[in-house]
Amino acid sequence: MSVLELRSISKVYGRGAAEVQALRDINVSVPAGMMVAVMGPSGSGKSTLLTIAGTLEEPTSGAVLINGQDVERMSLTAKARVRRRTVGYVFQDFNLLPGLTAAENVSLPLELDGMSARRAHLAGIKALEDLGLGDRASRFPDQLSGGERQRVAIARAVVGERSLLLADEPSGALDSVNGEAVMRLIHTYCKRGTAAVIVTHDAQLASWADRVVFLRDGRLVDQTAPPAGPESLLEQQS
Amino acid sequence: MSVRHALLALLSEGPKYGLQLREEFEARTGEVWPLNVGQVYTTLQRLERDGLVVEQDAPGAPSAPGAPGAPQKAYRITEAGSAELTEWLRVPPDLSSPPRDELVMKVLIASTVPGTDVHEIIQAHRTYLVQLMQEWTRLKEDDDGTDVAFALVVDAELFRLDSVVRWLDAADARLRRAMADGWTPARAPQATMPALARRRRMGVRQ
Repeated sequence: MSVLELRSISKVYGRGAAEVQALRDINVSVPAGMMVAVMGPSGSGKSTLLTIAGTLEEPTSGAVLINGQDVERMSLTAKARVRRRTVGYVFQDFNLLPGLTAAENVSLPLELDGMSARRAHLAGIKALEDLGLGDRASRFPDQLSGGERQRVAIARAVVGERSLLLADEPSGALDSVNGEAVMRLIHTYCKRGTAAVIVTHDAQLASWADRVVFLRDGRLVDQTAPPAGPESLLEQQS
Repeated sequence: MSVRHALLALLSEGPKYGLQLREEFEARTGEVWPLNVGQVYTTLQRLERDGLVVEQDAPGAPSAPGAPGAPQKAYRITEAGSAELTEWLRVPPDLSSPPRDELVMKVLIASTVPGTDVHEIIQAHRTYLVQLMQEWTRLKEDDDGTDVAFALVVDAELFRLDSVVRWLDAADARLRRAMADGWTPARAPQATMPALARRRRMGVRQ
């Protein structure tokens, strides 16, 4: 069963002359442990695809299934629970709350979900330690570097063992070394079983994904073949 | 890739044997560029002919595989060899593009052949290049980032492929905008003579 399944998703904004077809008949399936990158120029529908996958927006037609459950048929409470417990988001500009420490930012979703403050704090610290940020736990976002802030944002997105990670240009504001570090982290979480969808216009970041899909004018126009293994590269070289 | 200068660089650390040179070359280039031992010896012979290295007697040297008992030859860099190495490091490599870059030709021609969707052709190349980048990145996954030589080599390959993908993106956008404005390849503007001369000088500067 796929963690995320988009079935025949279309999205239309506006009406009549102002109508914009943002997505047309998109089918994407992301099983546990897989990272899918979505590439395309601005205006191709990448970000719309991500907000619909994250249940932040509804499609005009088609179905979004998360862990086999049709989101449209869920109650509002159930949908909110999916957003809190199953889906983690990472944004380009990190979106950390400036008045909270790194640890508080990370533990906030758990507290909102009803976990005791103490347990949530411990889980937050552990998530930060996993990302090599144990010594930054009590710092505020403006006391962290860009790369550290994005790692805190990733810790917040994966804390509480969420199964679906959605990221919109997660390393857009970072230099290439920090950008690679972010992709390595997301990749590591995928190897542990998380499913991830990464939206990016950067081919180097997209190349960390198991599958890259290309959007153009709201349509999925192409995708890369499944991994052939590193052996094929060495054969080409000799 | 200059095997010749890579061997000079290794010999600048002190005299070495052929097999040792091969192993060290591969290790220091991230094991991405295999080198056969025949290539090492041919290169050493040429370096010796040019007076950049000299053979050195190595009493008690270990035997070469396949030649039991035969002493292996060690090589030492000469003063001329050191000068050659220093000079080579500073001279920019030839980065001029190959004459009539094949991918550029394909895109130019696809935009003129009737019944051909140039955007679809561009996408086919983009997909292929990203797939190739995925294969290189998968090699990175096996390493935790501590093998610096390997990371440098793979990054160079990824940046090179990435630049081609970016050119395709830019070409795609430029063609879309031009076509929306009614551009057709048949209606290309004529460049002035001096401009034409400058363009041709650049194009044949190989």
